[in-house]
Amino acid sequence: MSAQRLVATPGQTIGPFFGFALPYEGGDQLVQLEHPDGVRLTGLVLDGDGDPVPDAMIEIWQPDAHGRIEPRPGSLRRDGYAFTGWGRAATDITGRYAFTTVRPGPTNEGKLPFFAITVFARGLTNRLFTRAYLPASSDAIATDRLLGSLPEDRRRTLIATEDGSELRFNVRLQGEEETVFLAFPGEAP
Amino acid sequence: MLEESRVDDAIEPGRPASSDLATDSQEAISAEIDDLRRQYAEAAAEETQPRLDYPPYRSTILRHPTKDLHHADPETIELTAPAFGQRDVDALEADLTIQASGDPIGERIIVTGRVLNGDGSPVAGQLVEIWQANAAGRYIHKRDQHRAPIDPNFTGVGRCLTDSDGHYWFRTIKPGPYPWRNHYNAWRPAHIHFSLFGTQFISRMITQMYFPGDPLFDLDPIYQSVRDRRARDRLVATYDHEVTSHEENTGYRWDIVLTGSRSTWMDPEDRR
Repeated sequence: MSAQRLVATPGQTIGPFFGFALPYEGGDQLVQLEHPDGVRLTGLVLDGDGDPVPDAMIEIWQPDAHGRIEPRPGSLRRDGYAFTGWGRAATDITGRYAFTTVRPGPTNEGKLPFFAITVFARGLTNRLFTRAYLPASSDAIATDRLLGSLPEDRRRTLIATEDGSELRFNVRLQGEEETVFLAFPGEAP
Repeated sequence: MLEESRVDDAIEPGRPASSDLATDSQEAISAEIDDLRRQYAEAAAEETQPRLDYPPYRSTILRHPTKDLHHADPETIELTAPAFGQRDVDALEADLTIQASGDPIGERIIVTGRVLNGDGSPVAGQLVEIWQANAAGRYIHKRDQHRAPIDPNFTGVGRCLTDSDGHYWFRTIKPGPYPWRNHYNAWRPAHIHFSLFGTQFISRMITQMYFPGDPLFDLDPIYQSVRDRRARDRLVATYDHEVTSHEENTGYRWDIVLTGSRSTWMDPEDRR
């Protein structure tokens, strides 16, 4: 017997005035800056003209470096030790966001690790989901369930690039290099 | 330089009220809204979420994806959600009327309801965040320069955790409507922003709660970006006298349904 499903409440834009409410101190630091395996995940949020979006907010959700998911409270008031796997960062005046975190490990044998990402912005009527994969071999990319299903130029938008101890991942809301945004089962249009 | 070149819709200092953006009349915007509504009525497909591409809300023009969302099966991480606890949220953060030494000005209200998964199960122990303008329609955000007074006793920011049955509860002040620069003489209906987490990453949502009978509904391209009437109604709280308390505050009830399920994703067919 099929259960009754309720219709989801519509989303609405985050608007321009979330800055005093949602971002908080330490939101962008999933680990401390001096963490030995710390990595900076950073990038720009860009609009259809390629201009920076200075009033966007990015959230990440990820397993730890071993691929473990152990949801722990404490993201809003970090104790400096517990890895909660979740972070939030607003873009600055140049459209840049940045997190200090660790590289996610694979949650299942053979799965490519990625950061699960939510994007919010003024002018965006609903949140967008995407993924920032760690750089991987072309063989591994071709066999990944999601990446392998995308044409080459589209899959590139989901893979972070490595620059020293930095992972770079830009979010292009619109245009030629538009990021692949995801819809999951159960989501109505 | 950067700021000047941005198409923006906030009321900001030093920016002429007649920016390019604010030249369209309400009449023109309303005509666009009506057109899109008519198109929707003629199309057979039901929509329950806002259109990402909704030109009457001018800031969407360069910020909506032009390609279809890519359908993906959620991976393990996306079927779980971040956890929040008492360490994160002080119980007092649910009362926005006690954050300063004095009482904020305005109509004291309680807003309460439940956060539910699509299968009707409660979202328990999860974070709910709200932010809003004060009774005069002014945010404390530094970029809001609307000529209405700041209330020194009101930040407009609150948080709480849902209880085991999915209930959230806030005491606050009824927000006022406020002007913005989408078009000339543009006003937002009074609303409270809600930020919600579910039991899965893919349930994450930010939305706005409105008050019943607002005369600005028809004029507002953000509210109207949800093209389906019944879906829009789901954003409107209900006045509930059971929530109203004697000589204290009036009460509103608003339930929120998230996509996603209790724990792992299952076909509706698999659930009882």
